[in-house]
Amino acid sequence: MRYSLHMRIHTVSQITRYIKELLGLDPILQDVWVEGEVSNCVLSSAGHMYLTLKDEKAQLSCVIWRSTVSTLEHLPADGDALMAHGRISVYEVQGRYQLYIDWLQPLGAGALFAQFEALKEKLRAEGLFDEQRKRLLPSFPQRLGVVSSPIGAALRDILNVLRRRYPLAQVVLAPTLVQGDQAPPQIVAAIEALNALPDIDVIIVARGGGSLEELWAFNDERVARAIFASRVPVVSGVGHETDYTIADFVADVRAPTPSAAAELAVPDQQVLRATIEQYRQNLSQLMGQRLARSRREMEQSRRLLSRSSPRMQVDRWRQNVDERRQRIITVEQHRVALMRERLSALQLSLHALSPRSTLQRGYAVVSQRDTSAIVSRCGDVTSGDGIEVQVSDGGFTAVVD
Amino acid sequence: MENTKDLTFEQAFEQLGEVVQQLESGELPLEQSLALFERGMALARLCEGRLDDAEQKVQKLVGSEAEGPVLAPFAEDE
Repeated sequence: MRYSLHMRIHTVSQITRYIKELLGLDPILQDVWVEGEVSNCVLSSAGHMYLTLKDEKAQLSCVIWRSTVSTLEHLPADGDALMAHGRISVYEVQGRYQLYIDWLQPLGAGALFAQFEALKEKLRAEGLFDEQRKRLLPSFPQRLGVVSSPIGAALRDILNVLRRRYPLAQVVLAPTLVQGDQAPPQIVAAIEALNALPDIDVIIVARGGGSLEELWAFNDERVARAIFASRVPVVSGVGHETDYTIADFVADVRAPTPSAAAELAVPDQQVLRATIEQYRQNLSQLMGQRLARSRREMEQSRRLLSRSSPRMQVDRWRQNVDERRQRIITVEQHRVALMRERLSALQLSLHALSPRSTLQRGYAVVSQRDTSAIVSRCGDVTSGDGIEVQVSDGGFTAVVD
Repeated sequence: MENTKDLTFEQAFEQLGEVVQQLESGELPLEQSLALFERGMALARLCEGRLDDAEQKVQKLVGSEAEGPVLAPFAEDE
């Protein structure tokens, strides 16, 4: 044996506590399924049960507390094959690790899990889970059926959620047991009774959390078929998020919890109120726009109207007349100017043609004094005729020789 | 237009949505738009009133007679 300066000596309690804590940290050991054969089965005077599970090569000490023992339909006996669920921990007094069983089921004929799987397969093959036969839930149910225990937390949760979200929906409770042998036929009867009412819009089938065994009624074939046969759409809310029951698979909608089932079944009044308020704002805004448009259209019409009024017409005619008059005046003035110009041109040419200018160049105009006839050739006169001679600055008389 | 008083919440809520949609299309004569607007406002009031006034009513099935299921009031602290 070697000793070291750093050696630490533990008490038996300390090391046992350490081992216990170590086991407690292991997630597998805290949630474990074990199957084996029962031996050394003893029911204590306090109501707890002690037994050993074994197979060919090993054995495991087990404890079932009184609270679990009381839920068992059949107490285990030596030689039974069973499947147990629980956690493994250390019983410090005896320095022994053991399985603390919280659920067990006889193996073989009654193994729950195998039963569950077999029923699931059978119903699936029959089409009870088909997606295309699942119905939509009504958006605004007026009357809701609830299949649940009248004293359970599930019902309380459901009613709270319904009251908070959508108090408009009336609730019809079909009270049932939710565990034990009597539960399945009661649940079936409740679903049928709610279907017999004329105005149920949706049915919630619910149960709070519990062990696999406690939820077992919702894995019952009769319950599954009643849900399948329901005329009214069914929402299931059984156990916790992680629990799946046959009822969940058949239901039109599966909710993870009873509260969630209630939430899925009705609209939320907060959302509805917000939507209504939004609608109201839309209405006001749209009406405002519509009014503004009408006002614009009216303004435009008024402008159009005043443009075709009689006074505007007269004014326009007046302006028209004025324009025409102006145009006539302009044309006339132009014509006068033109004529004036032409006149002066004529005067000029007249001037050029007048005899006076010829006379000034030294010619003379001769006419008979008596007749004033112009003498333009010799034959026009004879000797002794009196004539007048016009020259540039006047005239004089003469006698032809 | 029918009287709003007789509508269920669902009917009133859906009609309100339709009224908003119709008004949004904007193709209606002014008078018709005004009538729609007033109806929409009345529907909104009705919906909110229904929610304000709603009180949860819970009944339970107490058995089945020959005529059919029998209902009774249910109080939560039963």
